[in-house]
Amino acid sequence: MERHLDQELADLKQILLRMASLAEQGVAQALKALVQRDDVLAKKVDADDTQLDQLQIEIDDRCVKLLALRQPTAKDLRFVTMAMKISTDLERIGDQAVNIAHRAEELNKEPLLKPLVDIPRMGDIVRGMIRDALDAFVYGKPDLALHIIKRDEEVDALNRQLHRELTSFMIEDPHTITRALNLMSVAHNLERIGDHATNIAEEIVYLYEARDIRHQKE
Amino acid sequence: MDTSKAYHTWRKLKSLAMSGASFGCALLAIAPLGFVLFYLIKAGAGSLDWRFFTHLPTPVGEVGGGMANAILGTLVLLGLASLIGVPVGVLGGIYLAEYGTERANWWIRFGADILNGVPSIVWGIVAYTLVVIPMKGFSAYAGGVALGFMMIPLITRTTEEVLLLVPNGYREAALALGIPRWKMIIRIVAKTALKGIITGVLLAQARIAGETAPLLFTAFGNRFWTHNLKDPIAALPLQIFTYAISPYDDWHRQAWAGALVLILMILFVNIGVRALTRGKLSGVGR
Amino acid sequence: MTVNLTINQKTQATAKAAGPDDHPAVPVTEGFVANGVTVPKIAFEVDRLNGWFGQHQALFDLNLKIPATSVSAIIGPSGCGKSTFLRCLNRMHELVRGARLEGQILLFGENIYAPQIDPTLVRRRVGMVFQKSNPFPTMTIAENVTVGLRLNGVRNHAVLYERMEKALRMAALWDEVKDHLHRPGTSLSGGQQQRLCIARALAVQPEVLLMDEPASALDPLATMKIEELIQELKKEYTIVIVTHNMQQAARCSDHTAFLYMGRLIEFDKTETIFTNPSNKQTEDYVTGRFG
Repeated sequence: MERHLDQELADLKQILLRMASLAEQGVAQALKALVQRDDVLAKKVDADDTQLDQLQIEIDDRCVKLLALRQPTAKDLRFVTMAMKISTDLERIGDQAVNIAHRAEELNKEPLLKPLVDIPRMGDIVRGMIRDALDAFVYGKPDLALHIIKRDEEVDALNRQLHRELTSFMIEDPHTITRALNLMSVAHNLERIGDHATNIAEEIVYLYEARDIRHQKE
Repeated sequence: MDTSKAYHTWRKLKSLAMSGASFGCALLAIAPLGFVLFYLIKAGAGSLDWRFFTHLPTPVGEVGGGMANAILGTLVLLGLASLIGVPVGVLGGIYLAEYGTERANWWIRFGADILNGVPSIVWGIVAYTLVVIPMKGFSAYAGGVALGFMMIPLITRTTEEVLLLVPNGYREAALALGIPRWKMIIRIVAKTALKGIITGVLLAQARIAGETAPLLFTAFGNRFWTHNLKDPIAALPLQIFTYAISPYDDWHRQAWAGALVLILMILFVNIGVRALTRGKLSGVGR
Repeated sequence: MTVNLTINQKTQATAKAAGPDDHPAVPVTEGFVANGVTVPKIAFEVDRLNGWFGQHQALFDLNLKIPATSVSAIIGPSGCGKSTFLRCLNRMHELVRGARLEGQILLFGENIYAPQIDPTLVRRRVGMVFQKSNPFPTMTIAENVTVGLRLNGVRNHAVLYERMEKALRMAALWDEVKDHLHRPGTSLSGGQQQRLCIARALAVQPEVLLMDEPASALDPLATMKIEELIQELKKEYTIVIVTHNMQQAARCSDHTAFLYMGRLIEFDKTETIFTNPSNKQTEDYVTGRFG
């Protein structure tokens, strides 16, 4: 039986998908701005982020209204509550992308410190995580979500490695400190993006399987 | 459809004619009651004095006297009849409403309706056979039995109807409290319907108070006070009958008075019952 | 299967615990600890219950265990057999001409349908409140509350008064009527009448209270009072409530049973039924996609 609630839930889903693609786009563009040393693109990322913020506000507003007026239960309830959480994580991803864009602008003022290898690699993994989270959400595939969680470890490992490498750079030559610190910041941002994508994966698992898999020690 | 003014007027006229005709027929139906009451009052009111209510009939031919023993006799007979009619009738009504199966009830109701239509003199014959012959004489008991049997089907039906009006919710609530079924029926259902049951009883009494035929050869009548229920007893209808067919004018006069008293008694009970219940036959509702 | 028994509170020790496939030979009793886990006391154990109205079968093979001192709600679309099932719990189903049932129902371990059991006694242990409040019209408020006691032989005025006050307090009605106990039971408002009926049922001190859509004829404020009352009562009584209002079941109950076309589809903790039911039919009903 089609109900008004179904339409409202479908609308909510559409907005979330839009947010997800905007967030992924933001990360892609921020990394491109970094790699191609493009200041114009960097500024664009910053400007585009307001869209993401607006969408988060809209999603939260719709969700609260749905809870108050429709008293959803079972999977509808899980969908509404997870929608609020997923939108928060997507908004943070957007913020991290903006941070990367700012770092890119700083780094563009000086010559390249070293060829960028690890950071693009982290970027690829993280973007893949976001895309897979989108797929898992759209197609209802919670097992896809579980794979995302595994890849976060890779991201963390790359972050630690880059951290060590850049530290040794800074020790050898103090003139590299500014650039090294900026690069470390970017890596840190990417690592945070990975964490948020992991959160989204956990939220998707709860949505579809009613299992709360957060905070479990390996 | 013709909606002209002429058509409307014609329809109105037809409607008026119809309601006028039915009103007229209704009046025609009630007219006899009016005539009877009017005539009775005219013929009998003058004879109603305290003597009528306190004196015994005088010897044949003498003027004066009253119908005191007949009035008392009617009341005694009503009492005796009720002793038989009320318990049997009420319990029968309870069976029909609370216990009976559809098949059994159909037969019982059928029987009760037939009994209601039995000519009252037949009840007299039954009581004659059952009471007068064994007792070798007419008695108040016999009269009571005859009238009592007549009351039974009347009270059974009214009791049943009134009990059926009690909402089932009360029965369920009482049973759910762990109250045994028979207690539920007596203490809750019958109690709720009590007004209606009493109404039924009073109406049955009013009905049989005027019966003459069954008393002809059971109570038989008495010129004097009855001191023992095994003896014949006077009753208003009997006395009226005796006086009416007599050749004495004075007795005719007294017969009219007696008839008036009888009708007034019945009228009084009927009106009283209506006033008390005011449309509700049970204690249900606010 | 051996079971580690620790006797807890006043209990009867069970001689053997039931295996997974046989029905309990000896009833599971209050708070006994088996293998380190406390087993909740079971008020009703429904065993292969089938019910008919004449030829028409209304209940199909119901099996469930209703826990004690808690609220269990029974939900389902109209005509699914909720009220029929409820009336089996206090042997009211059989009062309908042509009604019959098979199976057994254990009330704290005793089969209430055993041939030697008197249904009247069962109904004293299992009270019932109906959808339409029905205080007896010929009785005062006080008489209504004590009718179950009086008609079962209790004469002592002191006892009657004490039980009446206790019952009215438990039904959250005492303060409102204590100065008008002589007024007719029907002079109260709808919500008060329903609480009067609850007091009437509680006065006979049943072990279980069955409620058949108790608030469906009441306005929202009166409904809320009844629901609050249920939360209080469950501390002492086992309550089984039939309701067509799912939100009421979600608000009031600890366990919920979903019935559909006379069959038990799912019986679980209320929080599970409303956040993650195991059965798709349950989920469809609970989210409003049918029924």
